[in-house]
Amino acid sequence: MKARVIVTLKTGVLDPQGKAIEGALASLGVDGIASVRQGKVFDVELATADNASAEAALKQACEKLLANTVIENYRIETGV
Amino acid sequence: MKAAVVVFPGSNRDGDVARALSAAGASVSSAWHADTDLPAGTDLVVLPGGFSYGDYLRCGAIAGRAVIMDAVRAHAARGGLVLGICNGFQILCESGLLPGVLMRNADLHFVCRRQHLTVERNDTAFTKAYRQGQVIDVCIAHGEGNYVADPETLARIEGDGRVAFRYCDATGAHTAEANPNGSLNDIAGIYSETLNVLGMMPHPENLIDDLVGGTDGRGLFAGLAALAA
Repeated sequence: MKARVIVTLKTGVLDPQGKAIEGALASLGVDGIASVRQGKVFDVELATADNASAEAALKQACEKLLANTVIENYRIETGV
Repeated sequence: MKAAVVVFPGSNRDGDVARALSAAGASVSSAWHADTDLPAGTDLVVLPGGFSYGDYLRCGAIAGRAVIMDAVRAHAARGGLVLGICNGFQILCESGLLPGVLMRNADLHFVCRRQHLTVERNDTAFTKAYRQGQVIDVCIAHGEGNYVADPETLARIEGDGRVAFRYCDATGAHTAEANPNGSLNDIAGIYSETLNVLGMMPHPENLIDDLVGGTDGRGLFAGLAALAA
């Protein structure tokens, strides 16, 4: 099964990289962008075909390594 | 004093910190990230600076979960001393041994220069050779040294006197200009609750020899080496 894990900064956590990208877009003349927050995407292939066990494994992966839950949130999408 | 310097793939300041410890009179060995045990009789574990695992995922994230870290956690739980410098500080935060996180410098620049710090307290195993409030001149070299913690954690750290060093100018003033990376409360280093684990972004091991223009880093290693084993 294929799955996707999306890790984003929690609201309120400063994101200097997102701010720099925001500034670069403005200087490129891309209009209408209010703000940018940078995150990470992990495309994961799982050995299992079972949705529940895939989600359990990915939750463990997020809690143990993929996200630093002090500053980051994560979202799991299975069957992508 | 027996010190063990842990080497991760990508550590590059292990030699310098070992040299600083040896020069201060400590006996120094090294431990590999995949080892399950620390060298017998280790009093002090040092996590050196560098770019462990190429800073992949987040700085210190993968090293913070290396095999040796279970032994480091057990050592810290027994009251053993742990010192993390630069990447070592990032590893301590990622491993849960210290609270908070080190984020990208607020201005996005990698900073590599001399930096003054105030020694916030001199009654810990790490700072006995300094005076309280002393201004020391050491080096910084990092891109992710912006110390961040949630307001409750920060209040707890401050309330418990767990700030080890703060960035300051040459006169000891804590100004916005003297803060190189945006760290909350100008924090350059913090202690664990029991004061036996210290993480700091600056490099005291760079300033131990007159040859490089300063010796203010010596006190940290001298204080540690002077501790009875």
